[in-house]
Amino acid sequence: MRRLSHDGSKQLRVTFEGEELLAHPNDTVAAALLATGQWQFRTTPVSEAPRGPFCMMGVCFECLVEIDGVANRQACMTEVRDGMRINRQSGANHMGIPVAVDDASGTGS
Amino acid sequence: MKNHYDIAVIGAGPAGMAAATVAAEHGASVLLLDEQPAAGGQIYRSIGRQALTDRHILGADYYQGEALLSALQASDAEHIAGATVWQLSTEREIGVSKDGTAQLLTADQVIIATGALERPIPVPGWTLPGAMTVGGAQVLLKSAALAEPDAVFAGSGPLLYLVANQYLKAGVPIRAILDTTPRNNMVRAARYLPAALMSVPALMKGRRWLSELHAAGIPFVKDIEDLKLIGEDALSGVEYRHGGRWTRIDTSRVFLHQGVVPNVNLAMATGCAHVWSESQLCWQAVTDTWGESDVPGVAVAGDGVAINGARAAQCLGHIAGYGALHRCGRIDTRERNWHAAPHRRVLAKEWRIRPFLDAMFRPPEQFRLPADDDTIVCRCEEVTAGRIRESVALGCLGPNQLKGFSRCGMGPCQGRFCGLTISEMIAKHRGVSVAEVGALRLRPPVKPLMLGELAALASAPESQSESD
Repeated sequence: MRRLSHDGSKQLRVTFEGEELLAHPNDTVAAALLATGQWQFRTTPVSEAPRGPFCMMGVCFECLVEIDGVANRQACMTEVRDGMRINRQSGANHMGIPVAVDDASGTGS
Repeated sequence: MKNHYDIAVIGAGPAGMAAATVAAEHGASVLLLDEQPAAGGQIYRSIGRQALTDRHILGADYYQGEALLSALQASDAEHIAGATVWQLSTEREIGVSKDGTAQLLTADQVIIATGALERPIPVPGWTLPGAMTVGGAQVLLKSAALAEPDAVFAGSGPLLYLVANQYLKAGVPIRAILDTTPRNNMVRAARYLPAALMSVPALMKGRRWLSELHAAGIPFVKDIEDLKLIGEDALSGVEYRHGGRWTRIDTSRVFLHQGVVPNVNLAMATGCAHVWSESQLCWQAVTDTWGESDVPGVAVAGDGVAINGARAAQCLGHIAGYGALHRCGRIDTRERNWHAAPHRRVLAKEWRIRPFLDAMFRPPEQFRLPADDDTIVCRCEEVTAGRIRESVALGCLGPNQLKGFSRCGMGPCQGRFCGLTISEMIAKHRGVSVAEVGALRLRPPVKPLMLGELAALASAPESQSESD
């Protein structure tokens, strides 16, 4: 994506899949990745289909990534911090990584 | 955060900011919880820390949020940003998480102001990376000054034309606008036009957006009959049917939109009664004239009840604030009514244009109820339209049974992007009303939280829950 204004403040360094990127201080993780042209953030647990940010307001849960070793973080709701390590999340949750409850709606009818 | 407040407001958009401000101004202890990093909601997103320096791009309406924000900041309301509410009980106990720590607190009165989200637009390929909502594109513009050159805008509704217009003002090229508004909507909307003419400025604004887009020479295709997003691992194109003929545009970015609907998850999980609105094709909370729901002490205000836009949401927030103050015994009936009167007058004006807009931009069935069996309806659990129809054929009567049949609606978004589609699909295939089919039953936590947070909450002694 194209950045239309820069406020001149110091950029932050984060990594995505091990590669260093520069982000703006108020960027969410999703904005920082989209700014560098990354649109694919994860693959789904069901069919491993690729997905990326969709709603950008915290309701669709499509932009889930792994941040500093913690899976299932909403990239559109998390602001970047200097030195943040961001990785794609693949398929179902990885063993040994703290995960968020993702099945709260129950099964009753 | 304390353990108890007179009034807690959930959501810091126009309704929530207005409600929290008036409540605090009248001496109540007020907590305003919001999930986003800064106040403003989606309509006034990032209003207090704007990323765009050129105010011409977003237009004057956006900057009306500045007055709301300064009033909030001047009040004694305690605004907690980045705080996710995952539970609200009928006893008004609120479960909230911030920075990985969960907390429970209570309030005498609660005002739910969770606003709107975009209506699902389940077309083939809408899950491909590269397809985003128009609202999402606007969030990036407001909060990070980011825009995507050469994207296709597809769908219908005022927000689509507004964001396309904002791109135009920013000098960001648009590949094409594919307008899915059915031609015959105008016929249905015509009977509401006399009332809408009372809001000439709003109508003129819409006309101006459209004529500016046309004048700029952006390819604009009206009366789109069908739409498909194409791609393997990422979006590579969009196909549309117009006049019976299919045309393809090669593109890696599409912004989709077909209106907004109330974000009902928290109010529904609390147990507030909702009814199906046939004019807005969504669930709406049942409230009295002060916003109070059938759960005593729990009010719902703003676009989280019914879609009426930012100005109306602000009025409803003020009115709900005065209603809550009255129920707390902070103001008497006469004071409450006197304070609310000017907001009711503005609200009455805002309501005049709504029936016209609802009819004009009513999404047609083919974009709400996917005909193609392979189209994904539940994005989280990847449940297709075909699977849902199959389940109904096997005897599935409603959305809650559908969970057992297919896991539909059971992923992390908790039905926010499939709930309306499945209720409408089941109703259609059973030949009954959507009201009879009902909505997905929602339960807390309405947003995911770490198991560790819940565990820490359970083991924390009472005295420790008062952090900060």
